[in-house]
Amino acid sequence: MNRSFSWWLQLAVTLLTAAFLIVPAIQSILAGLTVSYFRGLSSGLTLKWITRVWELYADSIFLSLWLAVSCLVVTLVIGVPAAYALARNPGRLSRVLEEFISLPLAVPGLALALALLQLYGTVTGFRTSWTFILVGHVLYTLPFMVRSVLAVLMAMDFKTLEESAATLGATAPTRFWTIIVPNAMPGILAGALTVVTLSIGEFNLTWMLHTPYLKTLPVGLADSYASMRLEVASAYTLIFFVMIVPLLMAMQWATARAQRIAQ
Amino acid sequence: MTLTVKNTAKTFPDGTRALLPTDLTVGEGEILSLLGPSGCGKTTLLRIIAGLEQPDAGSRVFFGETDVTGLAVERRNVGMVFQSYALFPNMSVRANVGYGLKVRHVPKAERDRRVDEVLQLCRLADYADRPVQALSGGQQQRVALARAVAPRPKILLLDEPLSALDAALRDSLRDELAAMLRQFRITAVFVTHDQAEALAIADRIAVMSEGELQQVGAPEDLYHAPASAFVARFIGNAIPLTGERDNGALILKGGRLELAENSANKEVYVRAESIRLDPEGSLAGVVETAVFSGGHYRLAIRDVLSDGALLQAHHPGKTAPKSGDTVRLSISPSDLLYLSDQPSGPK
Repeated sequence: MNRSFSWWLQLAVTLLTAAFLIVPAIQSILAGLTVSYFRGLSSGLTLKWITRVWELYADSIFLSLWLAVSCLVVTLVIGVPAAYALARNPGRLSRVLEEFISLPLAVPGLALALALLQLYGTVTGFRTSWTFILVGHVLYTLPFMVRSVLAVLMAMDFKTLEESAATLGATAPTRFWTIIVPNAMPGILAGALTVVTLSIGEFNLTWMLHTPYLKTLPVGLADSYASMRLEVASAYTLIFFVMIVPLLMAMQWATARAQRIAQ
Repeated sequence: MTLTVKNTAKTFPDGTRALLPTDLTVGEGEILSLLGPSGCGKTTLLRIIAGLEQPDAGSRVFFGETDVTGLAVERRNVGMVFQSYALFPNMSVRANVGYGLKVRHVPKAERDRRVDEVLQLCRLADYADRPVQALSGGQQQRVALARAVAPRPKILLLDEPLSALDAALRDSLRDELAAMLRQFRITAVFVTHDQAEALAIADRIAVMSEGELQQVGAPEDLYHAPASAFVARFIGNAIPLTGERDNGALILKGGRLELAENSANKEVYVRAESIRLDPEGSLAGVVETAVFSGGHYRLAIRDVLSDGALLQAHHPGKTAPKSGDTVRLSISPSDLLYLSDQPSGPK
């Protein structure tokens, strides 16, 4: 086939840009799998560094997963009813509340963490507990859950659906579980994946709130960069990638699906 | 079950009086239509009966002998068909129809039997396991009806059940819906703004305007003996005839029209189907337009009415006068409607 010059130029630019972004990532991943980074690939491939990371930072990985799941539970319990309440009572007050919930999006994580430290930093039992970090994560991720569910709720005539369920004899809790939740599910799913991804990847806030005994995955990553040899840090990055990339892809799929419904 | 509404009114928080104090009784198994233009309060009254709207203090709603005014909607045991159908998109046809039985904890075997029975009645058996989005408008309407009647409600309420359908489908489904409602033998209240729908489906019609009941009666009574100008205009499109009175006759621009006895001080209305082309007729006019519409010609005749409006007449003959022809018309005094002056006419 006859391609024009500009077609080849565009292809070249695209490939170069992609390479510019991907090569460092590949290099980093390879660094975590080579025996010695300074001698390069010729030194051979090994899983030694990954094992080392596991020995050193397994706790961080489990803490991050535990935090993400807890954060998801809390945002579901608070966020879904909150979105429902906001959708049921549209008005100026609801707009203000929605903006208020969304405030942590605009405020830098560091500032949020500082405020939490100032207020609760002296409550020792709480300050040193994993729930302190959880509070930070919930503050940060809640708006994503609320907005995602709200968007799907606003797109359907849930009031009439609920009224029709009520005439059929369904009480308010039954209506919530059998009508609202199933129909808002695409929004809940998109919100849930966003919350888990953000919670696992969150660094700013967590770095301020963590204690030496409570390092999450990204905080451990920073720690390994600062204090471990390069191969270990690279192996750590590899583990982080493996955990976060599938989540990110699932999140994009779920968000796109929820947006199609909301339109 | 008899439905009785006593002194029932609704004032919205912004002060709008959607429904003025209203009394209404619907007999056991009767189908009553609430008919009126949009904003007349008919849907508000329906929602009050359902329990979806809280009426003003002093209002009373009875199902049979039971006062249900303070009873929550989910405990009233009504069936309701919504204008948009409000089918549950997360459920199949079968699950939609069975929902009312399921939330009332009817055992599964009995529930299945009842659902099958209702699906059969509404000719939905072949679609039972389809998602509701996969159905046509007419089928969705039948699912909404099946879902409402499956739990054997005391009262069936229908809010403009045909208005979401396109015109061609609406006409064919109207008679079908009437037949299905009679089959169920449930006391039913049916809201519509379409007089043809009300005439075809209802045993009795309650005509409403501006939050008030105008007249309640059998379709024939409302048509032949409207109690007010509003009812006469709304059902059958009657138009007023105004002119000087002269010894038991009315002097129009087009001539002299004999009235029935005892018509003094009453407004005179006429419908298009009461006007006949008659060479001996006392009225004269000029044909403005003549439109063939199957069974009859629709003639618009000028220079008959004193206020300059066109007089609409239905002419059943096989040929019709042409535009510009002068015609003579007669109206039998007994075909005219004589209405006392009432303040509740249209504005």
